[in-house]
Amino acid sequence: MSYDRRDFLKTSVAATALVIASPNSAVAARRPPDRWIEAGSDELMAAALGAARSAGATYADVRIGRYRSQNIGTRERQITGVSDAESYGMGIRAIVNGAWGFAATSVMTTDGVVKVAREAARLARAASSVQKRRIELAPTPVVTGTWQTPVTRDPLDVPIEDKVAMLFAANDAALKVPGIRFVNSGLQLLREIKMYANSEGTQTTQTFIRVGPSFSATAVGKGGFQQYGEELAPRGEGWEYVQSLDMPGNAATWASLAVEKLGARSVEPGRYDLIITPENLWLTIHESIGHPTELDRALGYEANYAGTSFIAPPEAQIGKLRYGRPLMTIQGDRTQEGSLARCAWDDEGVAADSWKIVDKGVFRDYQTTREQAGAISRLTGVSRSHGCSFADSWDSVQFQRMPNISLMPSEQNTSLNDIIAATDRGIIIKNRGSWSIDHQRYNFQFSGQAYYEVRGGKITGMLKDVAYQSTTPVFWNSMDMIGGKDSYYLGGSFGDGKGQPAQSNSVSHGCPPARFRAVNVVNTGREA
Amino acid sequence: MHGEPKSLFAAPLDGEYLTREQAKALADRVLAFAKADETRVNITSGWDGNTRFAGNEITTSGGVTNTSITVTSTIGRRRASSATNILDEASLERTVQFAESLARLSPENPELAPELGAQDYPTVNGYFDATAGLDPEKRAAAVKRAIDAAETAGGPGADIFVAGFLQANAGASAVATSRGLFAYHRSSSANLGITARTPDGTGSGWSNAGAHDWSVIDAAALGRTASAKAAASRNPKAIEPGLYTVVLEPAAVADIMGSLLGTFNARGNDEGRGTFSRQGGGTQLGEKIADARVTMYSDPADPELLAQPFAQDGTPVRRVTFIENGILKEFSYDRFWAAKQGKAATGGGGGSGGGGGGGAVKFVGGTKTTAELIAGTKRGILVTHFFYIRPLDPRTVMLTGLTRDGTFLIENGKITTAVKNFRWNESPLFMLSKIEEIGRSEPVGAGRVMPSLKCTDFNFSSLSDAV
Repeated sequence: MSYDRRDFLKTSVAATALVIASPNSAVAARRPPDRWIEAGSDELMAAALGAARSAGATYADVRIGRYRSQNIGTRERQITGVSDAESYGMGIRAIVNGAWGFAATSVMTTDGVVKVAREAARLARAASSVQKRRIELAPTPVVTGTWQTPVTRDPLDVPIEDKVAMLFAANDAALKVPGIRFVNSGLQLLREIKMYANSEGTQTTQTFIRVGPSFSATAVGKGGFQQYGEELAPRGEGWEYVQSLDMPGNAATWASLAVEKLGARSVEPGRYDLIITPENLWLTIHESIGHPTELDRALGYEANYAGTSFIAPPEAQIGKLRYGRPLMTIQGDRTQEGSLARCAWDDEGVAADSWKIVDKGVFRDYQTTREQAGAISRLTGVSRSHGCSFADSWDSVQFQRMPNISLMPSEQNTSLNDIIAATDRGIIIKNRGSWSIDHQRYNFQFSGQAYYEVRGGKITGMLKDVAYQSTTPVFWNSMDMIGGKDSYYLGGSFGDGKGQPAQSNSVSHGCPPARFRAVNVVNTGREA
Repeated sequence: MHGEPKSLFAAPLDGEYLTREQAKALADRVLAFAKADETRVNITSGWDGNTRFAGNEITTSGGVTNTSITVTSTIGRRRASSATNILDEASLERTVQFAESLARLSPENPELAPELGAQDYPTVNGYFDATAGLDPEKRAAAVKRAIDAAETAGGPGADIFVAGFLQANAGASAVATSRGLFAYHRSSSANLGITARTPDGTGSGWSNAGAHDWSVIDAAALGRTASAKAAASRNPKAIEPGLYTVVLEPAAVADIMGSLLGTFNARGNDEGRGTFSRQGGGTQLGEKIADARVTMYSDPADPELLAQPFAQDGTPVRRVTFIENGILKEFSYDRFWAAKQGKAATGGGGGSGGGGGGGAVKFVGGTKTTAELIAGTKRGILVTHFFYIRPLDPRTVMLTGLTRDGTFLIENGKITTAVKNFRWNESPLFMLSKIEEIGRSEPVGAGRVMPSLKCTDFNFSSLSDAV
């Protein structure tokens, strides 16, 4: 890969002068306001790439990250914490002798970034002494452009007192419910500016905005205490999304479920048909489909931490593994509106993609980066990276992270009520509770926040102490009914951990409600 | 760093973290901008170097240096904080002003404890040059030693797959307040974890060591242990889930007992929503909650723990004995709750991290080795470590999780076969009353000392096919 500093600077000047159309045509592309970008950033990136090249790098890429995060926590009528943090720095990744090195610094001067670029090359050279296979990157078009999460109102521009007032109004409403003793609510807000350039000439600037509201209430009564957490999906959206949740207006309804749980009957363990609402199912998709279809796990790269995958080796699985019945189609995606993993380009400058991971029940493809795509291209016929490279900070190295992974709804317009009406003996599982899955993503046990017994097609009462335990292929092959488009919901997680050093990724999962036949239910109360 | 340039941080740091004098100078400059009633500055500064490997080769490696400050401003009973790692004069001033404006906008906090003046702390040395000097070349060499040892232990043609992670860091943290408090602590830690897998995909073994001092970690020995476990765990047999006597290696004990630490927070228990709350009011303090041989405490100055001796607000972290000879002895208190209950603040407040010990905890061990616990077991399961532990019920600390990377059947004092991994549903609190023997304790990571443990009736609830 050739690199010419004059070419790079020429590109930089062009990028500054022009507004480049985003691939997401609905989005007005613009460079973030100057107040967020330090003057001279392009020159610092060029200096770092040049220094890496001089130190022997055959490829290098550089990211400047500027993060502003705000967290507000409340309990009852008090603030438990208000914090606002910014973090700024540069990370550089280099290939020397076919091996990777990565280094990062917060010293944003020419001397500082040149030093860190040399350190990245030094790390790569040291790594190449314990190296068996040379890194090969899948080709990707050189791109230049800018993109930002489309928002009506940047949540970080909303006055803090408005945010606190909204949370207090929700807490007050909840505390008025008889039996409610404690309430916690909060907001997690992030604005991330990511400037990226590589030695092939790609240069992108993206601004991401993410919001994560939370609410839970605790009731204390004769049966001890019970907590209920509402599932408020974090999103790649603006303040308007938080307002649309109407936390003050809904808090009493949510809190009353904690009180209702005090009187719920403890579940009788056994096999039940489960009706899983999308507010719970998104996490089951994340754990039992999202993680095992990460190609680095299948190849053993995560063996020492998160684990490997039951979907391995790729040649024995692609086109062969029957994940579920034909009604099951799973999409990998980085383009969906409002989703947390949405972007225009990933952290290797690869354009956002959308592809089938499971098509009509059959496993078809993994999540990939440029380094990985070549390992399975002869099996999938796909030579490009699916654009799954991500780093959670300027001081973290990018690697394969999960895109949005979603279960496509049925073409028939089946509703949750239709599924309940068609079920003779079942349990409805609502919202995310506890979750645990093994290191190859076979055996899992998940719980929720509220459970309802279904008998003869009707809800007959509330249950507690419920968890469902199954094995991934058995579970997904037992799915025989799914909801239609109108029942589709986009859930997600602000913080999904993977890698060493551990990094956090934000990812969304969409799905309709679905029914699973004869699933093992355990009692998680004292008798478990 | 030399002299006093226009911007103290305009040039890369000579060392990779701030010295006491540099931290004090930075704190003073931040405090000079402060106009609030009270101001606190927290500083973290350090270096992190890591080398990751898989498929018997290095896959990624990294080196990061960073220094960041957090400013916490208090105006009346209003408090908020703002953080930055941009350390030029203008950014420091902007960060102080922003913390003050956030504080002004925040509602009054009736639970606010005023900032502290100067305090006395015990001297704790958790910093070791061997760790701070673990550069890319030394890390690569250590990784090579571990991989070579694992390959050799596997025997000719074994084709053992080796993956793992070596991480080292060295740095300093400091806290200063406008009331004259200044505290500084530097520390280092290193950790090497190795997973070895057999090429047929049926065997997996793991070993890990962590310490403040890299020189006590033997990379080759860890490679050999992981490899031997991988070979021994091939072709595991499925045995019926149910209640079994278990021998847990110290790493497994650390995994499961970690969930217990957060339960020792005074406030939740006093408020009736803690594990040790009594129905109708009061707590179980002073009552027997565990086998009489169980003693567990947190103490930053313990020579085997060596943790930071101050909390984020500068409160001295004192020794807290959670369980002594089976009796629930002390809870952790933050400053507000301590004042309300007439107790001394413990530093940290006993949250989920370290129960008031800055992350440091010791479960006092017995005299027998893990091998001796195995030798004395008629029938049981040996567990190397656990994975994906999640809470099920806060009232009982009921947890779920899985075994991983070396689970074996013990029969008549000997390991007879590898068994498939299990999911389990069990409470560490219940386990403390089902102890048969407590083995010798050992460091399982920087600031964590755990014994091996033999318990009866551990609840394995289902089988996992995962290897």
